[in-house]
Amino acid sequence: MQLARVIGTVVATTKDAGLAGRTLLVLQPLSPRHESVGLPLVAVDSVGAGRGEDVFFVRGREAAYPFHPAVVPTDASVVGICDTWTCDAWDIDARPVEPPQGRQPRARRRAKKSTVESGT
Amino acid sequence: MILGKVVGTVVATRKDERLIGSKLLIVQPVLPNGEPRGGTIVAVDTVDAGVSEMVLVVSGSSARMAAGQADRPVDAAIIGIVDDLSVDASA
Amino acid sequence: MRVARVIGTVVATRKNRTLEGAKLLLAQPVDPDGTPVGPTQLVIDSVGAGMGELVLIVLEGRAAGTALGRRDAPVDAAIVGIVDP
Repeated sequence: MQLARVIGTVVATTKDAGLAGRTLLVLQPLSPRHESVGLPLVAVDSVGAGRGEDVFFVRGREAAYPFHPAVVPTDASVVGICDTWTCDAWDIDARPVEPPQGRQPRARRRAKKSTVESGT
Repeated sequence: MILGKVVGTVVATRKDERLIGSKLLIVQPVLPNGEPRGGTIVAVDTVDAGVSEMVLVVSGSSARMAAGQADRPVDAAIIGIVDDLSVDASA
Repeated sequence: MRVARVIGTVVATRKNRTLEGAKLLLAQPVDPDGTPVGPTQLVIDSVGAGMGELVLIVLEGRAAGTALGRRDAPVDAAIVGIVDP
């Protein structure tokens, strides 16, 4: 799972029947320091998240589990809203291991920082 | 899921028999602002999308959860046509 | 499985009900020499790992759900072991 911020919504009238009534959110994955990591993606909401909120999302087949027994064809779903997180890390390099598609904006290296509050 | 723009169609006479009757489209993944990003992919179309439309593409095993794809050897499916996209980049 | 270091904790009151009670940690995958590799992962902890510890994580749904003891939970990453110091 990964941290992300909800940066938008998608409206699609013509869509798979399994997506009917579901909220589609545009997410920007975040590092624990609130830096953007990788490309924005679209995820189905399962917890009532809204724009500007910090959330975490699950990828892959498991993204369909929150909606069971309904069949929702999604490979990414928001499964929690973050109240806060703390990060005690040494220098984190946010380079993705496998860029999802093609070139990836290389995340910057930043100096150490002790605590990050969500939603700032 | 990712956002993509339909840029073409694929015609393949010889293919896995479970793909017979499937419409295959070439999709260019795009950022929310429409800027292309990365290489194109081929996705099975389940919503009757057309060239130049912005669509939602689901990948991996979840693609087989799209309508009618349960037993097909597909790893990407177009499952929605985007009418409106509202993104606040500063959010 | 991958080796990762526990670098943070996450508090989320509103979450999928199958995740209720689950402990959420931030884990940074690392190379054998300790260099961070790839994005930080949010993982479920069911073995009692603590901050700064080196752990083994699975980055696959079925395995992660099994580690949590809830096969139907929407998770794709979990800590399955703590590397001995």
